[in-house]
Amino acid sequence: MSEQEYVPKSKVGKWFNDRLPLLTLGAHLTDYPTPKNLNYWWTFGGILTFCLITQIVTGIVLAMHYVAHADLAFASVEHIMRDVNYGWLIRYIHSNGASMFFLAVYIHIFRSLFYGSYKSPREVIWIIGLMIYLLMMAAAFMGYVLPWGQMSFWGATVITNLFSAIPLVGDSITTWLWGAYSVDNPTLNRFFSLHYLIPFLILGLVVLHIWALHVPGNNNPVGIDIKKPSKDTVPFHPYITIKDAFALLVFMIIFAGFVFFTPNVLGHSDNYIPANPLVTPAHIVPEWYLLPFYAILRSVPDKLGGVILMFSAIFILFVLPWLDTSKVRSAVFRPIYRQFFWILVIDVLMLGYVGAMPAEGIYLVLARVGTIYYFLHFIVVMPVVGYLEKTDPIPMSISEPVLTGGAEPSLARKVNDKV
Amino acid sequence: MIKSNIKLLVLSFLLLISLRPLQSAEMVDPIKVDWSFKGLTGTFDRASLQRGFQVYKEVCASCHSMQYLSYRNLGEPGGPEFSEQEVKAIAASFEIEDGPDSQGEMFTRPGKPSDKFKSPYPNVQAATAANGGAYPPDMSVLVKARKGGANYIYSVLVGYEDPPPGVTLDDGVYYNKYMVGNKIKMPNNLMDGLVEYADGTESTVDQMAKDVTTFLAWAAEPELEERHRTGVKVIIYLALLTTLVYLSMKKIWSRVDTEV
Repeated sequence: MSEQEYVPKSKVGKWFNDRLPLLTLGAHLTDYPTPKNLNYWWTFGGILTFCLITQIVTGIVLAMHYVAHADLAFASVEHIMRDVNYGWLIRYIHSNGASMFFLAVYIHIFRSLFYGSYKSPREVIWIIGLMIYLLMMAAAFMGYVLPWGQMSFWGATVITNLFSAIPLVGDSITTWLWGAYSVDNPTLNRFFSLHYLIPFLILGLVVLHIWALHVPGNNNPVGIDIKKPSKDTVPFHPYITIKDAFALLVFMIIFAGFVFFTPNVLGHSDNYIPANPLVTPAHIVPEWYLLPFYAILRSVPDKLGGVILMFSAIFILFVLPWLDTSKVRSAVFRPIYRQFFWILVIDVLMLGYVGAMPAEGIYLVLARVGTIYYFLHFIVVMPVVGYLEKTDPIPMSISEPVLTGGAEPSLARKVNDKV
Repeated sequence: MIKSNIKLLVLSFLLLISLRPLQSAEMVDPIKVDWSFKGLTGTFDRASLQRGFQVYKEVCASCHSMQYLSYRNLGEPGGPEFSEQEVKAIAASFEIEDGPDSQGEMFTRPGKPSDKFKSPYPNVQAATAANGGAYPPDMSVLVKARKGGANYIYSVLVGYEDPPPGVTLDDGVYYNKYMVGNKIKMPNNLMDGLVEYADGTESTVDQMAKDVTTFLAWAAEPELEERHRTGVKVIIYLALLTTLVYLSMKKIWSRVDTEV
């Protein structure tokens, strides 16, 4: 990186920094040259960090009062809601926080898809991000099991049963996961343990994610490589910190709206019924953020096929940087791909919607069409469009006009207004 | 370009949402009641909560437990707010099993405000057996545990009807317009004048159903009033802070030629 070597002013600072260059790191983080044209879709990285910290802090407090036992878990959650000082607030922040976390991560992922942030040289950032996303799903799923309501129990039953589709060893694996012959107290216990562990794994990966980001630097809406530092960049502090703070506050207002005024709207009412292995709910549905994958799972008539397809839907994203053949990063300059991007957005929303509906009739048809398009998008559309598409002229720098047709006023600036 | 795409996105989403009625045609939507506790600043009607507790105690409590509530909750702010004396008297009217004592024996004593609501049956199995095989659900969080919440509970209470022709009911099963599946094992327990309200309110079925539903809504969300009050303050605070940060951001970014 082209930043000047940082030298602490005080003697003590210099002494310490020579032994552990924390001050150098701090200086790097504040001076970090950032493209000046980043739009608000770029503020979700900071928002996600806030979400993770919020979940960890509220989660640690909840764990002080929660009891991970099949006979006591439901009652301990009610104890938190009724008897712990501000327990209701802490729990509602935690439960709605999970939804807000996923809302932010989906925007973050689709931002990356639109602006080609996953492409060279940022493949490793993308892959670490996907690992974080996978761990988030695992943490969220196990967290939903902890209150030991009906949806907790039956959701856990459905998801763990997926592993029984594996040929030969499936049943053994499922029993091993359960620690019993069905979802039971040992399952709840281990899920609590893992639910507490995973956020710290995520935290470690977040450090790597940011580290990997700071090697090439941020992508930007124009998607071109920029000189750093230059007149195309601003120092991270105060420019990006204040902008991230503003976006975070807007996000927090929405978050607070859920927590204080409709704290249960994103959950399922059945989860306020204590778990009962003898009564199956009419419709077992996961939390909203897992619904698209649930739709893909159910769109296949064969259990093993469904499981394979569902996991493929996530793992295909890992090879995305190599499926996309376009040399141009930002979809702003890719008129054809841009259309397909929005079709993918609609497709995923539709899959999410049908995931919440019974798997029959029109919903099953929609789920199948949606699933097929999802895979076509990555396997066919991305390589082919990238190869055939005639992209729009790309500016030489964020501040300067486009390479061809210099008469045109700075396109980059127009782009910035649009997005 | 992007704008038209977003329009397309919104349109297709609306189309999807409009497909919903196809699915849930067989269920009757619950009656919409204008509860005082709805909305951003909703609060409970204190008198209604006290009457609702009376209905619960005299009618529901013979079958339905409320095991997560304590008698002290009845005197706490945001609830029925009975006086300390009233709460003590209510608690003392129940015989609570306690122990073991120093001899290892269980004994009964009058209830204290710190005791949990006494359950009508010792366990779920006993409750199920005594009620024709249908467990009368614990009502502590019932309003949160049913789709439709308070509206649904109220609707079921006033939704008893003669079965339509062609529907035959087994013994001990009743027809209810709003109950999921229309069949309910709880008989219609409310009839006009069933309880004598201490405050002189006329105890019609509708009044009792509203009062007890209000009581159950509070029981499920005893924090509701504090939550609403805190929420308004938090959002006002965040809005002010957001404005200040926005202005600071504009000021800071005025040094560069890019807009934020």
